[in-house]
Parts: sequence; C-alpha cells; structure tokens
Amino acid sequence: MKPASRPMLARWRLHGLPAGLQASPYALVFLLFFVLPLVLIVAVSFWDSTEYEMIPAFTGKNYAEIFAGCSNAQDMCVTFRTYLSTFRFSALAWLSTLLIGFTVAYFMAFHVRTARMQTVLFVLCIIPFWTSNVIRMISWVPLLGRNGLINDFLLGLGITDQPLDWLLFSPFSVVLAFVHLFTVFMIVPIFNAMMRIDRSLIEAARDAGASGWQILWHVIVPLSRTGIIIGSIFVITLVMGDFVTIGVMGGQQIASVGKIIQVQTSYLQFPLAAANAVILLLVVLMIIWGLTRLVDIRKEL
Amino acid sequence: MDGKRGLDFYLLAAFFGAFLLFLYGPTLTIFVLSLQGPDGGLVFPMRGLSLYWFGKLFEGIGVIDIGAALMRSFKLGLCVTVLTVTLALGAGLAYRKKLWGGGPLFYITVASLIMPSIIVSLGIGLSFRLFDGVLRDFFVWAGWEIADSFATSMGLYTSALGAQLTWTLPFGLLILFAVFNRFNAAYEEAARDLGATAFQSFRHVVLPLIGPSVVGVAMFGFTLSWDEIARTSQAIGDLNTLPLELQGLTTTVTTPVIYALGTLTTLVSCLVILIALGIATFAQRRTKRGKDVA
Repeated sequence: MKPASRPMLARWRLHGLPAGLQASPYALVFLLFFVLPLVLIVAVSFWDSTEYEMIPAFTGKNYAEIFAGCSNAQDMCVTFRTYLSTFRFSALAWLSTLLIGFTVAYFMAFHVRTARMQTVLFVLCIIPFWTSNVIRMISWVPLLGRNGLINDFLLGLGITDQPLDWLLFSPFSVVLAFVHLFTVFMIVPIFNAMMRIDRSLIEAARDAGASGWQILWHVIVPLSRTGIIIGSIFVITLVMGDFVTIGVMGGQQIASVGKIIQVQTSYLQFPLAAANAVILLLVVLMIIWGLTRLVDIRKEL
Repeated sequence: MDGKRGLDFYLLAAFFGAFLLFLYGPTLTIFVLSLQGPDGGLVFPMRGLSLYWFGKLFEGIGVIDIGAALMRSFKLGLCVTVLTVTLALGAGLAYRKKLWGGGPLFYITVASLIMPSIIVSLGIGLSFRLFDGVLRDFFVWAGWEIADSFATSMGLYTSALGAQLTWTLPFGLLILFAVFNRFNAAYEEAARDLGATAFQSFRHVVLPLIGPSVVGVAMFGFTLSWDEIARTSQAIGDLNTLPLELQGLTTTVTTPVIYALGTLTTLVSCLVILIALGIATFAQRRTKRGKDVA
C-alpha cells in the first residue's frame, strides 16, 4: 500500500486532487437531494395510499383520479381548468417580463456609455433579487388595497366613485407580482447576450442605411436570441410551478398547479401529489424542450 | 455612439427610471409604514412615528418566537453559504480538468435550477418520510430505545439544508463557470514552472484572482437561503425558518408588525449585499494594484 500511494500523493501535490474527488461532494448533494427525490416521486406516483399511509404498489389510480371527468368536452375538469389558468398566468408574465426586460437590457447595453455606469445600473436591477420575495409581495398591500394609495388617488380625482376591488388579491395582482419578481430573470441573460454583440455589426448596419428600428429588429433582436430564450425558460418554469406568489397575491383564492401539489403534500397525500408533480414535470419539460431546440446554454456562459 | 443624446435615449432613460421606481417603490413604502405609532394600520396615512412595532416584533407575533426563527434562519444561512462556496468551488475547479461525468452533472445542475421548486420540495419531503420509515423499522429491529420516541429525520440541517443547496449550488457553479471561462491559465502555469505545488498555486494565484467572484458566490448562498420558501416549504421539520413564518403571517396579521418584520429581514439582506460588494471591490482593487506592481 505505502509504496503505491507515495507516487499518487506526489502527483496530487503537484497537480491537485483528481477532478472526480473535487466534484464528488457537489455531485453527492444533487444525487441525494435532487436525483433520488425525483426518482422516488415517479415511483410513488404509482403507489396506492390510504388516508394515513402510503402502500407500495403499481397502480394508475392516482393518475386516473387527476384526470377524472376530463373526457367530458362540455364541462372542463378541474385539472384542465387549473392548467389553463396556470398557462394564462405564464403567458402574461412571460410577455410582460420579456418586453420590460428587453427594454431595460437594451437601454443598459446600448445607451449607457461607460462600463462603470452599466455595472451600477445592472447591480441596481438585481439587488431586489437578493431580498425576500414575500416581503416584496406584501409591499403592494399599501398601494393596491381597498384603502391603498392607488384607490385613494383614483377616488380623489373622481375617476371612480368606489374603490377598485380587482387591484389586490386578484389575477391582476398575481401577474403584477410575477413581473415585479421575475423581470430580473429576463434582464440578466438578455443583457449578457447584448453585451457580446460586436458593435461593428451595428455600425455596419447604420452605414448600410438601416434605421434605428431596423437595426433593433434585424440585428439586435436576433443576436440576443439566446438571452431571450434563457430568460423565457426561467420565467415560464417559475410561473408554471409557482404556489407562493399565487397564494399570497391571490389571497389564497386562486388555483394553480403548484398550489394543488402543495395542498396535497400538506395533507400527506403523497402518491397523488407525486402524480401531479410528474404531470407538471412533463409539461414543463415539453416547454423547455421546445425552447432549447433554439439554443445551447453551455456555450453562452 | 458619441455626440448628443437623441430623443430615444431620454425615452429609454425615463422607462428605466420608472422600472427602478416599480422595483424599489413598494418596498420603500413598507419601510415607511413600519415606523408608525401604536395606532398604525396597513395603509397610508401614517399614524404616528415610532419604533413601537419593532419592539412588538421581539415580544413574538402570536405564538411565533421571531427572535428564535431569525437565529435559525441565520445559522442555516451560514451553513448554506459555507457549503455553497466550498462545494461549488470544488466542482468549478474539477471542471477545469477532465471530469468524468461532467456532462451529466452539468445538465443536473441546470435542471435543478429550472425545476419547479414545489417538485424538488415534495421530492425531498417524500424521500425523508420513506427514509424515516426504514429508520424506524431498523430501530425496532435492533431493539433500540429510540424507536419509541423517534419522530422524523427531517429538519433544518438535514432536509431543509439539502433543499436550499439544490437552489444555491447551481448559481455558485454557473458563476464560477463564467469566471473560469475568462480566466487566464498562464498565471497558474507560471506558478507551476516556479515550483509551486497545486495547493500553493491555488492559494496564492487562483484564489486572489477569482476572490471577488467567490465573495459573490457566498453572497448568493446567504441571501438566497435567507429568503428561501418554495423549496424549503415541504422539506422542513417542526421548526420553521423566518421566511416561512413570515409567509404564514401574511394571511393572519393585520398590523404594521409584519412590515417591521419585512423591514428587518430586508435590512439583513442589504447589509450582507453591502458587505459582499465592499469586500469584492476591495479584493479587486488589491489584486489590480498587485498586478500593476508586478
């Protein structure tokens, strides 16, 4: 043992630990807390259960329960309705964060002249990401509530004669919170992509007589594509699985796929929750697959 | 791109300003409203000006001991920070060599980042429950006394810690990827040519150069852990973290005490961000000065 290990130690001394050893604690965390749990979710989604325990089995009854009544074309089942509503939130949040995020990134990348100023503005955009989401949600209460600033303002101007109820704990406030929380996930990748655009391409387009809009649409947008797609993946998956934002900003009254899973988990209905998770996972994977056909993430870091 | 600013610049600048107002405005209103007197409510106008609600905070809200929850979150955050930095750094360095299984590990990392948190959380909660069953059977089989009192292996430093790492580690590794992509390996080779061991060249060459980014990774580790809800929610034992308590309070509390709590946790986040930015800037300056001298 000794003679063999000495050259090994000498090699480590000179070249460092072997890569496999260095990465193993990292890999172990993902094996235990990510891969294994996902495998168990898939397995348990086929298990049987009573009110208080899970029973290992192979049954499709959890899936059958989720899709019960979904073959009826006239009256949409709860599952389809929930997915439809979650898709709608995703689409609205995606479109809003994309438009705002692109504009903000475009301003920082192409209209701010010094690198120092760019850094400062960029950091300003992401600082809120490092603070609490729930606090950022409840901070809308004093603004949007029945007696909040917006309603006071509208009543004061006589634009409405009674407070608007749809401002808070409504689909509107949910989308507003998504935009508030998730636009950063658009800004960062799009800004990153824009900063890699060779400025001489824009000069060339201008010399060739392109207008500002033409440059934006035919040069900058296509070259920012990777950033747009990465941002879209983030925002869409975040909204598809969300239960915290919809819970707090919807006054715990609006259904979402994530919320169904959360409620079932808290009632310890693990097999049912697992089946719902598998379906959500498949839906999300399909969306991501569709989007990643357009981009190679690893090249873009 | 030089010369006078056009109209489009001013329109975009106005848009950007409005966006910053949208980003920061609401949070600032709760800072202000948390400073009300004892008659304060959830909305404007301000009723009085005092630190009354911050005092209330530490008397506990209902049955919840805020001070204890704060300490729990803080300690957990520190653990997550240390593990995020060391594990991500280890993996980041490993990727610079030939790493067996590096491809799949990268995809798992990205998958963990974009996986809906509720699924991760459910999976971890489920795994621990199944593991508890196995553990209980084992205690009974072994005839250990603990079998009667054993409740669960879930807790802050087991399931919750793991859940948070699935969220913080991907950020850590991706940041380091970006750093090492731009890293000039010539410095290291020079160190090796001069007879440095691997550890010496890491400690005295690589680490000072990537230092600011490592501080950034640490800051991500702490701030993301400090506010984490979605992944921790189903993967925690009896004792909640501060953000989970806060989330529960949003539906029941109708006094500015919740704003005081929000202000307090945001101040902690901001303090950590400021410290990290300060250290990173300082480290960068020092490295640059070192380079200029050399």
